[in-house]
Amino acid sequence: MTIFPDGRFVDERPYVSEMGAEARDADLDASNTVLMLRRFRKHKLAMVSALFLLLSYLMLPVAGFISPYTPNERLEDFLYHPPQMVRLFHEGEFIGPYVYRTEAQMNLEEFAWEYVPETSKPVKLNFFCEGGEYKLAGLIRSNTHLFCASDGSTVFLWGSDRLGRDVFSRILYGAQLSLTVGLVGITVSFVIGIVLGSIAGYFGGFLDWIINRVIEILRSLPELPLWLALSAAVPSHWGPVSVFFIISIILGILDWPGLARAVRSKFLSLREEEFVRAAEMMGAKPARVIRRHLLPNFLSHLIASATLSIPAMILGETALSFLGLGLRAPAVSWGVMLNDAQNLASIEIYPWTAIPMLPIVIVVLAFNFFGDGLRDALDPNRS
Amino acid sequence: MALLRFAVFRLMTMMATLVVVSVLIFFIINLPPGDYLTNQINELRATGQSNGIAKAEFLRTEYSLDQPLLKQYMIWMGFLPGPHGFAGLVQGEFGWSFEFDKPVADLVGGALWMTVLVNLAAVLFIYAIALPLGVIAAARSKTWIDYTSALVGYLGLATPNFLLALILFYYGNRYLNLPIGGLMDPKFEGEPMSFEKMKSMLVHLIIPTFVIGTSGAAGMMQRLRANLLDELGKPYVETARAKGMRESSMLIKYPLRVAFNPFVADIGTLIPSLVSGSVLVSVVLGLQTIGPVLLTALKSQDLFLSAFVLMFVALLTLIGTLVSDVLLALLDPRIRFGGRAK
Repeated sequence: MTIFPDGRFVDERPYVSEMGAEARDADLDASNTVLMLRRFRKHKLAMVSALFLLLSYLMLPVAGFISPYTPNERLEDFLYHPPQMVRLFHEGEFIGPYVYRTEAQMNLEEFAWEYVPETSKPVKLNFFCEGGEYKLAGLIRSNTHLFCASDGSTVFLWGSDRLGRDVFSRILYGAQLSLTVGLVGITVSFVIGIVLGSIAGYFGGFLDWIINRVIEILRSLPELPLWLALSAAVPSHWGPVSVFFIISIILGILDWPGLARAVRSKFLSLREEEFVRAAEMMGAKPARVIRRHLLPNFLSHLIASATLSIPAMILGETALSFLGLGLRAPAVSWGVMLNDAQNLASIEIYPWTAIPMLPIVIVVLAFNFFGDGLRDALDPNRS
Repeated sequence: MALLRFAVFRLMTMMATLVVVSVLIFFIINLPPGDYLTNQINELRATGQSNGIAKAEFLRTEYSLDQPLLKQYMIWMGFLPGPHGFAGLVQGEFGWSFEFDKPVADLVGGALWMTVLVNLAAVLFIYAIALPLGVIAAARSKTWIDYTSALVGYLGLATPNFLLALILFYYGNRYLNLPIGGLMDPKFEGEPMSFEKMKSMLVHLIIPTFVIGTSGAAGMMQRLRANLLDELGKPYVETARAKGMRESSMLIKYPLRVAFNPFVADIGTLIPSLVSGSVLVSVVLGLQTIGPVLLTALKSQDLFLSAFVLMFVALLTLIGTLVSDVLLALLDPRIRFGGRAK
């Protein structure tokens, strides 16, 4: 390569015409999906987030297998047990993963349990061992766990809570509800938003006016107090599953206006295009025009923006459960777990009860990065 | 004059919206089966206390809870006469709180002002933080300032408000000796306003303002940065630079003014989320705003109390939207008052 004094440079390799043509053809052949993936892969942070989210969701059905305990299993002798280290080397010798057995002692000055590890005797962890019964993916009964402690010892990776339940296991189980609440909610909001938005945008007139007023009213109201009011209306005798669904529907019901507005404004500009006129002249019904000709134009973009509103729903569920108006006790979600960590004193003495904060923050961040990357990849016009 | 007409028109729309919102709220509040008084009467019957029942029955007819729902709503709003003539929200009668056995007005009086105060402080905080940071992040984009502010912004968006409240609550008290809980020192409560009381309230406001404002400030800053970056790539900026204008005065004189409109318009979406946030944060931090009142009222199905608080919250957000519309009309001559020209 030669660099001229004025900064221009010239590649000295001979020019091969086929090479350039090949590269150009490859790109011309590339489908929309390939192009999108190529752009998406440039966002390192979005890629990492996507991978993390994929792993988290894949973990959900096998949460029971990975966690050493079941979520509501109480070990009464180990209340507020601090996190235990899993070690590999004992006195310089490799003996595989093990923990120390702990002995509970009452500290009579501070009136709190203290757990003293017996550092002389390492207790090995068992793998593929039997423990509490759970259902794999909610269907197959099983009692095999990936790892658990031998008899007489415990394995609390992230400590235990005020009832002696394992925080690590509960976080894995809590993910099942906390992560799916956003998905169900976004589905509800997506369906309502697209249906109402396309009706308003395509037909216009009186329907448009009505839908627009509803959108304006819902958008001008603070979400949380309405969420609170709606979830206070959920009867207290309902089972955990129905409460879960109704809460996610409540989260979705207040989220659709933003989406409907986006759909409507797109429709307003697209319905004047020639291809729409052509389809109508060939006798296509409104429903077909909307579904086959209009929606595919920007569906991918809508999906990207929907990804960005999932974190708001996850945070919403957490806030509701934290206040005691969301999911309720036998059900485990991150918000329900934080409900226990409500008072400052307990966080100060038992900091590990606040660990559920971490997965919330990480998942919400991951969704934000993933959504940003997706939006940029789908929309080449944005820089 | 046109501006005045526009403002009056918006005010009318706001009133209409408020009426629709009141229907919505009244309906939602009445969704759960049963009401406070029925529950109370049943409980009293079960325990065999008869003197309480008479009072509950009296309250029932006094506040027309024995009427059909639609009529109840009309009486509550003051559109129809109740047992004592027209006495509803429109006439300034807010009803009775069954849970606290007090008129709603006495119960929430102080809390209303506190709510306004906390939210106002948060709005000021957000603009004070987001404006300089957003401008700096855009002017020095792709430097450590930009990346740090983006990181802080993302963390601010991702951390739930109440967690931030708990954390700051703890560390603020421990290391900075900031007071915990409440909006003023307990000794000033019920005292007339004085300089000392003002000082105590300001110090107590630091943590709540910070907590409520952070996520809003983060979003605001990001949007201002994006808008400003769009403007900075335009030819007129190039021209100004080519003329030899100083970077800072150029920035303030041209691109910032263009990017400023969406920044002001954002107040309309900002206020609902602020009010939401402040409800939750008040519960966690024990502030005497309407947040905790709302939570208790909703949990115990205290009809008039929760309905009034929700109405007030809605009113607050609607006023915020109104202010943003009028501000925007003042700032941006392109916005036509009162609809598009035919």
